[in-house]
Amino acid sequence: MPAVFDDPWCACGTCRDPGLDLRFTASVGRAVNEGLATAMTQNSNERLHLTRRTVLEVGTAAAALSVIAHPQSARAAGSPDAATRADLATVGLRVNGHSHTLTLDPRTTLLDALREHLALTGPKKGCDQGQCGACTVIVNGQRINSCLALAVMHDGDDVTTIEGLARSDDLHPMQAAFVRHDGLQCGYCTPGQICSAVAMLAEHKAGWASYATADVAEVPALSHAEIAERMSGNICRCSAYANIVAAIRDVAQGERA
Amino acid sequence: MKPFRYERARDVAAACASAAEPAAKFIAGGTNLVDLMKLQIETPAQLVDINALPLGGIEETAEQGLRIGALVTNSAAAADMRVRRRYPLLAQAILAGASGQLRNKATTGGNLLQRTRCPYFYDTTKPCNKRAPGSGCAALAGLNRMNAVLDVSDNCIAAHPSDMAVAMTALDARVETVSRDGSTRTIPVDALYRAPGDTPHIETVLEPGELIRAVVLPPPPPGRQIYRKVRDRASYAFALVSVAAIVAHDENRVQDARIAFGGLSYKPWRSADAERTLAGGALTRASYDAAGVAALANARGYGHNDFKIPLARRTLRATLAEATGTI
Repeated sequence: MPAVFDDPWCACGTCRDPGLDLRFTASVGRAVNEGLATAMTQNSNERLHLTRRTVLEVGTAAAALSVIAHPQSARAAGSPDAATRADLATVGLRVNGHSHTLTLDPRTTLLDALREHLALTGPKKGCDQGQCGACTVIVNGQRINSCLALAVMHDGDDVTTIEGLARSDDLHPMQAAFVRHDGLQCGYCTPGQICSAVAMLAEHKAGWASYATADVAEVPALSHAEIAERMSGNICRCSAYANIVAAIRDVAQGERA
Repeated sequence: MKPFRYERARDVAAACASAAEPAAKFIAGGTNLVDLMKLQIETPAQLVDINALPLGGIEETAEQGLRIGALVTNSAAAADMRVRRRYPLLAQAILAGASGQLRNKATTGGNLLQRTRCPYFYDTTKPCNKRAPGSGCAALAGLNRMNAVLDVSDNCIAAHPSDMAVAMTALDARVETVSRDGSTRTIPVDALYRAPGDTPHIETVLEPGELIRAVVLPPPPPGRQIYRKVRDRASYAFALVSVAAIVAHDENRVQDARIAFGGLSYKPWRSADAERTLAGGALTRASYDAAGVAALANARGYGHNDFKIPLARRTLRATLAEATGTI
């Protein structure tokens, strides 16, 4: 049985195990849970979209007790999951220059696909409802909230996360500016801030106006007010805004020079 | 999120047929629907993804207006130079809404059909006639400062959250739709929304499977266009009150005015009363205030949102003063 996805970045070993089809790990999990009353929560058992962590828990529990339910027999046993499970979808994504083919529950957000299936944990899950911007990634050149995007709706798309901005050890100019200006404190919002800022400068370069623009028919200079307005979709709970704006201005001026 | 079947529609006819099924929904940008699905406020059994349909692009119309495809993102509409030069009101209103990331996903059609942000619509532990018909309205006696004051019902006082739709209403924009049987119709944006009445869960006049194909803007009317939004934060917040105004005037008098409010009703509120009051009126504070009184004459506050009534009058006054360069 083939592995569901071929992820060259994955270090866990489990997801490339040809004997384990992740599509059926919900059933495996149920078998392990019901038979052995492991510490797995009912909640995680019922999650149709499985995280790598869950897969590892299942794998570990099963291996430790030498009970490995065959995926197909678990399915044949008529797991209640089978009746409610949405049809799985195959999704091709090009992420940071690498092509991936994922088999996903259609409910999987782009954020969860990146974090849980491709181990790209740069995009952060903050509010998970499109308000904080911590999940910001760049899709086909435009910044979006990956938490409100269904991965299945991005089949064939080109995604850049914070992990894809640097060229090996050379930081992207925006990353370097954030370091230089101390544009962070706890750092949780930073990957989203930086991806957002990079794409925001491209929007400005393309001549987009903002609500801070006095005459929307003009293309304004990137003042402090313009940057603040254009970055309002990225919340920083530590309130490092002054330094974030300084970092972005620095890069914007560098690009003009 | 409840499981759903996902279908990528290949053509408009197939999309309409699929979406006419019970519990099926169109999805475009998904910025509102996916959020509501996570909260299980929306539980579609089937999602019909319309992103592959040829509903993009902004084109000139024969009457020298613009036709904005339903799938044009809010960002793209606000970035279009024809929109920015001829309909600055619309560009301003779109840019006043949401964030850069959301506007890159949100579409023209989806923006019109977004659901209310009434806190009780979102709180699944509370009654809400819009979410669970017949369960009651927790907002009536609850924390209702964001809720509506015009044409409300005792079953629902939810406000429509869109900024874009307010500008479109002032511009006399029309929605072009296509139905399952292939027929098309044109609906003024002002007539798209249904008053809550006894059925606040039915929000528009669209039939099951009826798809918004485009929004048509008539030629821009003469006069200065301004969108002014009042909110709790300087950016990225829904309107408490907003005013879309198009005002033509000479040295002494208002010649023609178009006024629409956001944040006050279940729909963008075009105020014929304010427009009549303004037409031919002097460029004075008294005249602007009279228009505000006319616009809000039938308003009804529910406690926390009482402030919206004077705020709307003052916001109208300030907008008119800016539009006419007076005061």
